[in-house]
Amino acid sequence: MVDAAAGVTETSLLRWIPFLPLGAAAIHGVLLGLVRRPLSRRGTIFLSCGAVLASFLISLFAFAELLGPEGPRVRVDNLYTWIGAGNFSAEASFLLDPISAVMILVVTFVGFLIHVYSIGYMDDDHRDDTGFQRFFCYLNLFTFSMLMLVLGDNLLVMFLGWEGVGLCSYLLIGFWYSDRWNAYCGMKAFVVNRIGDFGFLVGIFVLFWALADVGKPTVAFREIAAAFPQIADRMVTLPAWLGGAEWKLATLVGLCFFLGACGKSAQIPLYVWLPDAMAGPTPVSALIHAATMVTAGVYMVCRLSFLYAAAPGASAVIAWTGAITALFAATIAITQTDIKKILAYSTVSQLGYMFLAAGCGGYAAALFHLATHAFFKALLFLGAGAVILAMHHEQDTDKMGGLARAIPRTRWVFLVGVIAISGLPPFAGFFSKDEILLTAFAAHSVPGNTWLYGIGVVTAVLTSLYMFRLYFRTFHGATRLSPENFRRVHEPSETVRYPLYVLAVFSLFAGFAGFPQVYGDWLGIPDSNSLAHFLAPVLAGGLHDPGVSHGEELRLALLALGAATAGLVVAWWFYLRSPDLPGRIMQSFHAFWLLLHEKYFVDEIYDALFVRPTVWISDRVLFRSIDAGLIDGVAVNGTARGVQALAARGLKYVHSGLTQSYLFLMILGTVAIVGWLLR
Amino acid sequence: MLVPLEHVIALSAVIFGIGVVGAVTRRNVIVILMSIELMLNAVNLAFVGFSRAWANPTGQVFVLMVITVAAAEVAVGLGIVLSLFRNRDSVDVEEVSLLKW
Repeated sequence: MVDAAAGVTETSLLRWIPFLPLGAAAIHGVLLGLVRRPLSRRGTIFLSCGAVLASFLISLFAFAELLGPEGPRVRVDNLYTWIGAGNFSAEASFLLDPISAVMILVVTFVGFLIHVYSIGYMDDDHRDDTGFQRFFCYLNLFTFSMLMLVLGDNLLVMFLGWEGVGLCSYLLIGFWYSDRWNAYCGMKAFVVNRIGDFGFLVGIFVLFWALADVGKPTVAFREIAAAFPQIADRMVTLPAWLGGAEWKLATLVGLCFFLGACGKSAQIPLYVWLPDAMAGPTPVSALIHAATMVTAGVYMVCRLSFLYAAAPGASAVIAWTGAITALFAATIAITQTDIKKILAYSTVSQLGYMFLAAGCGGYAAALFHLATHAFFKALLFLGAGAVILAMHHEQDTDKMGGLARAIPRTRWVFLVGVIAISGLPPFAGFFSKDEILLTAFAAHSVPGNTWLYGIGVVTAVLTSLYMFRLYFRTFHGATRLSPENFRRVHEPSETVRYPLYVLAVFSLFAGFAGFPQVYGDWLGIPDSNSLAHFLAPVLAGGLHDPGVSHGEELRLALLALGAATAGLVVAWWFYLRSPDLPGRIMQSFHAFWLLLHEKYFVDEIYDALFVRPTVWISDRVLFRSIDAGLIDGVAVNGTARGVQALAARGLKYVHSGLTQSYLFLMILGTVAIVGWLLR
Repeated sequence: MLVPLEHVIALSAVIFGIGVVGAVTRRNVIVILMSIELMLNAVNLAFVGFSRAWANPTGQVFVLMVITVAAAEVAVGLGIVLSLFRNRDSVDVEEVSLLKW
């Protein structure tokens, strides 16, 4: 744990990291919304990509400063006091510590690559004149919000970014809003996220209330961490209408925050928005719904690791929710055919892995997988976008196949992403997923951790299976396109391809940032897991040592490798060797297949349980009865009708038109007032 | 011998009361205008009385102001009466009650 007072350096560098993209977004907004003179495409590209690139370079510089020998590990950029009231003050300030350093590097680097990719991807979008600039405006605004989220020094700044990314997600999912379905998906994402945000807010309130109760009203992370041991073991009695049970404060607050994380990071029961969020343009899916925004929940859990370390109950809930989500989403992904839907469920599943690690106390493992996942999932989404471009906006893998001959470059980088996510060494996903499985295996404090490990391994098999299924069905086998359509398939432009190459390189090598010590010992590298060492000072539990012997660790790694290979072999058997086999299995287990293919009917269940009753109550009770009936009918129109009737029946006769009667009334009034004053 | 202030106020009040009654009850516009003039001059009288009682000339200055305004008012009022008479052949206020429901 970092001491709250010592080791803090002031800097005024950090503010530029979020404010440069904000400036670009503001210029776009003014030009589009107020001046109504859109920039040229070249100007838009220069402004947006330039801002994010500059932001990345500053992040890199700040990160390098942080690495300095024996230098303080924490840097703070304090802008001004946002809220000051008595002995409470919330600063508008940014915090750079190892956690946020990793996050800003991922956000600005992947963000910049996706900005570049978007130049090519959005180039053929002629749905409206200003769409190109509007897209980059939202993208910049998103980058700003995400950076606020990860750089925020206290819960309030973080919440500002948290809401900001939600808004940008909504704007970008419904980017092509003229299609009602896209607008609906944006709304769904926003509404589901509100439920999570509610939990987040309640968490902030309860935490603040408890801190104020011990005389330390604060929202700043480092101060909360310092004061938290005083309140962690308090018991809180819920109000009677919530059951009146006694809860440990740390558990209660932890669960409230985790509800927020469930919303943003698409975990059961709030994951339903993410697959539908694929209605947005593909760069958006890559940036927001794979690499950055959806990892905000994982980031928050790691940021509050001191809280979760003191709340074993909440941690167990996180680990189990993560594991079940990982398995659940992976089973759905196996039966989907839409290329983006498969990747969306895969994202839900991988986020489940991250929560599994965080719940088991492996915060560094969670952040490691977050970073590697950002690279390979962005690569996969952008690769899918390249396929979609090549196929002239066809997303259904049922209508693809054999594309390896037509778009070989896209195929190779896509294959890198597939191998990375499947967890085959030495690609990035192998190391990060292995560390998560190891953490789960060794987390004896979590009830049923052996089961968690088992679920993790099964999910690893399924991951490799659905990813290679996607790859084989898209790029190999007999093509399901007509010959003339197949000839029209073309490689995308350079701006689309180059970001893919860069991401492919990182998907290949990013894993070495967290190179496990067990291999490091062979090669004679001390402290080979440099990421974990870098993060250790600011995470609860420090350098998380699972306490597993090297021999055991190797056996586990071999098992994980076996799982990934098993998935690969099954996918190869099913989709290349005997392609009619899946159909036959589908026939014999039709009910089960339907259950998976229809996503366990969760959307339908939610629709019947929550959406329809809410809509019915809103329409019949709130709108028709209360709003239209009571407020409009009685209060507003009733008043008007009453006054009208009164005036028509009696009051109008006061206006006789006789000046003298007015004068008489005026004198009476004057006499009355003077008489009252002289009383 | 000075006239006591009470007497001045009493006279002023009586004249003002006559003016009020005349303005409210009479039907001839000319007479109403004259009644208003009575009220204004009752006020003038009170001004002068108070001014002398407290040895403060402001009240007398104000009287000049009121006389000026009264002259303007009469000019406008008689103008209206004239055009009213030309249009309606009457100066009876009861017949001029167009601005009503």
